[in-house]
Parts: sequence; C-alpha cells; structure tokens
Amino acid sequence: MSNYELMVIFTPVLSEEDFKAAQKKYTDLILEHKGSIVHSNPWGLKSLAYPIQKKTTGIYWVLEFTATPDFNEKLKIQILRDDSIMRHMITKLDKFAVEYGVKKRSGAFTGTEKAEA
Amino acid sequence: MAKNEIKYLTAIKQEKPKKKFCRFKKYGIKYVDYKDIDFLKKFINEQGKMLPRRLSGNSLKYQRKVSDAIKKARQMALLPYVTDLLK
Repeated sequence: MSNYELMVIFTPVLSEEDFKAAQKKYTDLILEHKGSIVHSNPWGLKSLAYPIQKKTTGIYWVLEFTATPDFNEKLKIQILRDDSIMRHMITKLDKFAVEYGVKKRSGAFTGTEKAEA
Repeated sequence: MAKNEIKYLTAIKQEKPKKKFCRFKKYGIKYVDYKDIDFLKKFINEQGKMLPRRLSGNSLKYQRKVSDAIKKARQMALLPYVTDLLK
C-alpha cells in the first residue's frame, strides 16, 4: 500500500450534482479495491492558466488516497473513459509529502510560510 | 596631496554582495508541493520560465524538486507554459 494523490480537472459544464456523483464514483472505486481515502478536497471552479479543449475554466478535485500499486492502472482506464474529465494526474507521495499534507490540513506550520519573507 | 595615495578610475566595491542560501535547507522544507502556486512563483520569472540555481540559490537536490513541481503545475494548468507579465 502506498499513498497517492489524484488531481482531476472536470469540464466546467458539469453541474453540482454531477460533480458530486463523479467524486462518489471514484471514491467508491478506490474503496472497492481495498484502498482508503485520506482526504478529499474539491477546489471547485477555477480559471486555467491556458485553455484546455478550448475551455478557459475547469472544476478541480484533489484526492489523497492509499491503494495497491496495481490499482492505478485500473483507475487510469476509468478516468480516460470519462468524457467529463479534461485532465488528470496521479502522483505518488513519499513520506515527506504525507507529513506535509497532514500538517497543511491541520493548519500547522509547513515551513513555506517562513520562506515567504 | 599625499604622494602614495592610490587613485582608482572606478570606485571599488565597498560592500560584499549578500551570500545566497538554499531556502529549503535553511527552513527545513522537505517537500515541494506542486499545488502551492504562490510559493512556486518565487522560482519563475515574468515569462513563466524557471530561474537558474545561480539566481535562486537552491541546492541541486531541491532545485530538481522545484523543477518537477513546476512542471507538474504546468501540466495541470495551474501555471502557464509561456506568458507575459506573470507577476
């Protein structure tokens, strides 16, 4: 089992219910394959830095989960089949990244604030 | 006028330039998050290009991590590939 992070950009035409349904679909898929959800963070509608498929906005969703390494291929197939997803990325999280995620969610100091100055 | 007074054509530099440091090592940052756009913007110029280590002062280990994070952010349309007047 390793920690992964999934970031998905849905098309902006998706309604609120469809967005929720899509989130549920993928979380269920992870739970079915003996994975677990660490944290789900729907960013919502956000403007893109450059147009993707001629659209200038997208609905972002960030999901942190644990799964077996062979599960990601299955997840990828499901995502590529989905027409409402414009782009996705699965990142493997190392121990520092997991630590960072926990700190960030609890609102604790992550170290990047001091570097702002 | 004193005989052995030395004259320079251009004024010699009095103050030393500030020593650069790797902010990741100094502040103990272990993970560079590709979602943290405001932080990554410190390492790119106005055209959206990455700053070299010569200017940012990062150590090689963290420069690689920064470059990976910026490239990921570009893929996910969080940062532009090319632009003008980013900041």
